[in-house]
Amino acid sequence: MTTHLRVAAAGPSSTIQDRGRVGYQRYGVSVAGAADPLLHAVANALVGNRPGEGAVEFTLAGDSVTVEGGPVRIAVAADAELTVDGEAVPGWTSLRLTDGQTLRIGSLRSGMRGYWAVEGGFALQPVLGSVATHIRSRMGGLDGGALKAGDRLPLSHDRAADRGEHCLDPSLLPARGDRLRVMLGPQQDYFTSAGIEAFLEEGYTVSHEADRMGCRLDGPVIEHSRGFNITSDGIPLGAVQVPGTGRPIVLLADRQTTGGYPKIACVVGPDVAALAQMRPGQRLRFSAVDAAEAGRIQARHRELVDGLPALLQSTGGFALYDSGRLLGFNLIGGAVTGWD
Amino acid sequence: MSVTTPLPAPVLRAAGDSALIVELGDGIAPDLNAAVHRLDRRIAEARLPGIVETVPTYRSILVQFDPAVTAAEPLGQSLLGLASELTQAAAEPQLRWIVPVCFGGAHGEDLDEVARRSGLSMEEVVRLHCTADYRVYMLGFSPGFAYLGGLPEVLHQPRRENPRLVTPAGSVMQGGAQAAISPIAMPSGWHLLGRTPARTFDLKREPPFLLAPGDRIRFTAISAAEYDRLEGMSGYLPDCETVTPSVALMQGAAA
Repeated sequence: MTTHLRVAAAGPSSTIQDRGRVGYQRYGVSVAGAADPLLHAVANALVGNRPGEGAVEFTLAGDSVTVEGGPVRIAVAADAELTVDGEAVPGWTSLRLTDGQTLRIGSLRSGMRGYWAVEGGFALQPVLGSVATHIRSRMGGLDGGALKAGDRLPLSHDRAADRGEHCLDPSLLPARGDRLRVMLGPQQDYFTSAGIEAFLEEGYTVSHEADRMGCRLDGPVIEHSRGFNITSDGIPLGAVQVPGTGRPIVLLADRQTTGGYPKIACVVGPDVAALAQMRPGQRLRFSAVDAAEAGRIQARHRELVDGLPALLQSTGGFALYDSGRLLGFNLIGGAVTGWD
Repeated sequence: MSVTTPLPAPVLRAAGDSALIVELGDGIAPDLNAAVHRLDRRIAEARLPGIVETVPTYRSILVQFDPAVTAAEPLGQSLLGLASELTQAAAEPQLRWIVPVCFGGAHGEDLDEVARRSGLSMEEVVRLHCTADYRVYMLGFSPGFAYLGGLPEVLHQPRRENPRLVTPAGSVMQGGAQAAISPIAMPSGWHLLGRTPARTFDLKREPPFLLAPGDRIRFTAISAAEYDRLEGMSGYLPDCETVTPSVALMQGAAA
């Protein structure tokens, strides 16, 4: 019998995501993929997967899954309470679960999205080269939809590899502040200098109209200089489009491929993920960087993702979180947790 | 089609840390869009290192790149170089799809309304749609949704005041100055003219997308009985020709 994970209870919006569907935007197909690629990569690294393997992205609260077969190696990258058959277990570490055991992932204490991955990934047929779920076009994942109670997720590995468990100290991950770095353009010439100044100098608040497609912000109105319609063109990740209301919308992983509103700026890649973790009501500011600085930000982020396996530590299982190990973490990390 | 008037100088626009936009002009026009698709082909042929994918639209191309492989500055210079060579390009072969459409009635609820608004008979509207030389200006909005340029001016009219929540898959529609083929059921404010049994998007087919940006379309009117027959055919594909200065028949898939 193939090993499965049965969804006993699903979070409010949990979808299978990878790095997204590349190469089909010219046909109108959205990229999708993890809204926070760094945490997605952490979950995969903990179970020894390659960074782009399909993993579950959950929103605000996680899922409860029961092993059918196994054993299964699973890891949760999230600031949330976890239990296995009712017993508390740590996050940021791989866990070996046996047939019939149930992992329950509670509500996120901070952030919008968390990830869980299984060793070997899910045995799903890629759609246009990707297992990323895009709910609006019913594409990818498990029949193009969110996880729901009763779903059975087929796994690629019948049983977990015979090895020890790994953990990662989340304080080693970079702090995420309230400042989102942007490169102006492609259509900054559609805005008055007062409009650009308002965008960069005053702050914004994440509104309740925020999902995987885009995030509408409340705050100062951005003044257009020559209308708010452009001949539709392509939309890069993190584009800040400003419709007639003058209130910006930042476009995220599930964004449409083309659009007809002018885009004042684009948020740099790693900060798009930071925005995707912000909750409604959270304050943020934009600050402009040039192409060279954006390139350096990207390069540092790439090094971080490539270096994740080196940040992993071996554990003896759950005993990891005794005071001695925690002290060890602090000595190694020396960084301040910046996730909330 | 060759470019008859020189295009304005190409403009490079920054589009974040992993993309550039090459803009060849503004607005919706056949020469401009043809130049976009020629440049898109040049970019593919040039195999510039680091390009992840390109998104050609009405008048510009979004070029997404991998910043680990290339940087915006040298890539932008290469793209401008390719764009500046465009005007010397010879006419290039294109695919023209002969797309069968069952117009009016239950297949196209708005045909009579479109006819009345333009002061034509329904037969005249169908004839105009079947003689127009449509071009796929771009695909966007949803997977495989094809925006077609070339709608005869007498048929230009505003979109519906009340968008429909669902329009059926295979709808052939018009809205504003454009026509469209919609591959999947979706909400739309465009006017429904008819339906085609040709499936322009089918994930079970390889390749799943029938139409590519830059392709040309000729509609041909069919009866409801012929619509049913073609829709019932497994793996049905519409006829297709290559169009160059001289037209040669490439494939007759329905035969």
